[in-house]
Amino acid sequence: MKKEVDIAVIGGGPGGLAGAFSAGKRGLKVLILERGEELGGILNQCIHPGFGLLYFKEELTGPEYAERWIKMVEELDNIEIWTKTMVLEVSPDKRILAVNEKGLWEIKAKAIIFSMGCRERTQGNLAIPGTRPSGIFTAGTAQRFVNIEGYLPGEKILILGSGDIGLIMARRLRWEGAEVIGVVEKLPYPGGLTRNLVQCLEDYDIPLYLSHTVVEIKGKERLEGVYIAPVDDKGNPILENKKYISCDTLLLSVGLIPENELSEMAEIPLDGKTGGPFVDQFLMTEKEGFFACGNVLLVNDLVDYVSLQGLLAGESAEKYLKGEIKREKKLPVKINGNLRLVVPQYLSYPIILPEITFYFRVLNPKENSILYLKEKEKILKTWKYPMVKPAEMLVIKVSSSILENVEEINFVLEGSK
Amino acid sequence: MKKLTCIVCPLSCSLFIEEKEELKITGNKCERGIKYAKEEIRNPKRVLTTTVKIKDGIYPVIPVRTSKPIPKDYIFPLLKKLSEVELTAPIPSGYKVLENIFNLGIDVITTREMKKLNK
Ligand SMILES: Cc1cc2nc3c(=O)[nH]c(=O)nc-3n(C[C@H](O)[C@H](O)[C@H](O)COP(=O)(O)OP(=O)(O)OC[C@H]3O[C@@H](n4cnc5c(N)ncnc54)[C@H](O)[C@@H]3O)c2cc1C
Ligand code: SF4
Repeated sequence: MKKEVDIAVIGGGPGGLAGAFSAGKRGLKVLILERGEELGGILNQCIHPGFGLLYFKEELTGPEYAERWIKMVEELDNIEIWTKTMVLEVSPDKRILAVNEKGLWEIKAKAIIFSMGCRERTQGNLAIPGTRPSGIFTAGTAQRFVNIEGYLPGEKILILGSGDIGLIMARRLRWEGAEVIGVVEKLPYPGGLTRNLVQCLEDYDIPLYLSHTVVEIKGKERLEGVYIAPVDDKGNPILENKKYISCDTLLLSVGLIPENELSEMAEIPLDGKTGGPFVDQFLMTEKEGFFACGNVLLVNDLVDYVSLQGLLAGESAEKYLKGEIKREKKLPVKINGNLRLVVPQYLSYPIILPEITFYFRVLNPKENSILYLKEKEKILKTWKYPMVKPAEMLVIKVSSSILENVEEINFVLEGSK
Repeated sequence: MKKLTCIVCPLSCSLFIEEKEELKITGNKCERGIKYAKEEIRNPKRVLTTTVKIKDGIYPVIPVRTSKPIPKDYIFPLLKKLSEVELTAPIPSGYKVLENIFNLGIDVITTREMKKLNK
């Protein structure tokens, strides 16, 4: 079967919803392709509050935040929604191969917005010695079990990794009556937001073992326990000091990876640092007419940023169809000092947009930091941060007038401790 | 002496609280820390989000929340009350599952709609 649209949006989470809404509002014919039963993506299982403070100025739960966007999308007649539709392939000439109950589809789009989200790192990515019993899950899988399917993954739970999903699940499982033994984190600082450390662990006296990791797994059919050990400052476990913890469940909250198999099929170059496509200020990838937003672009810590990226991707897709994006010149966005990654990775000229939002992650926690925007030795602008942390994205806006005629764009983050 | 982590801004100051006739707070880098610590010591509140059972729905549980933050001490009693609730689909989003819990003037509401499962 065949189908033609202006904009195909792959993935119906908050990124895809905002992308579709933004393109739809501009009168384009949009198709959302979502493999799940419902729109909303991962938000459907994130039943805790903390969503929407930036965008709606109120604190919503994940399903409530999703519901608002789903309503906005459903109100536009020119947006078609196909759930239970899995995208199998995307070709460089913007042909999409998808499958659903009706059969196999070839969809031709003038522009494509990628919003496939991310997946969780698993045990396979970790290589812990020992047996492979049941009872080991990613924190996100456990979140789905508890919040959507309605059952507990186990009774005595240890969490490896102090990412936000793991912290949220520690509290959730405690509330459901499970025993949460603790959270083990290899790094000397926690991976999640302070608010989650306080409200999910400290509130319930759940211990956090920093600079520790799981070194061995025990159990035949079902997990019986694990050995944990402190790590030295190079991250190598000190096995003499290992100790046994009895548990029937180990949750892994050890990081997220953007889901870019489809982008790779379309021959779109990916940035090793973000795990997502290289994009310019329009969130257009190196391949023209392909856009990316949300966690497929970079792992975001606030859903509000995901929505803003979606809105921009939709707006940019219209500009692309109208031939307004020229790309006469391309300038890389350099990062130095305590910065790990940046989005967008380069700017296309003419810039057209009145301002540009840059997203950064930092390498190390540091106090009294200053972010410099430099052209060679000249400082164009500075921002001050009393504290920067790897868990919290830095987000800044720069007026395009500053960047219109520069020869170099170099962000440098300097800080103490 | 009690220890708290201030969550008002990313600095995350460690606050130390001595309870004499008045609260004596140290470790804060700004005034907002004092306000936070007082509130946390005198009357800490949280929004509770959990699920309750639902019959005939497309999923076996439906997510719910308290309409406002409730005092922390009510969290486990409320979880217990909610574990005894069972709804029947279809249910709209924002449906009042429990009204005026513990006479706090706060309700427990659903946070999504739950469609009926077509068998
Ligand atoms: C397990 C987990 C828990 C999280 N919990 C929180 C949290 O508590 N708080 C928070 O702020 N953030 C959380 N996040 C981050 C969260 O992902 C973002 O806030 C936000 O939901 C990302 O939106 P998105 O649209 O980019 O991706 P998603 O919400 O993941 O949506 C992507 C959608 O794309 C669909 N899709 C993917 N591939 C295909 C395909 N081939 N064909 C069709 N459809 C496809 C998926 O089914 C999904 O619906 C969590 C992330 C994960 C993975
Ligand atoms: S006390 Fe002030 S500076 Fe310290 S974390 Fe709280 S709000 Fe921030």
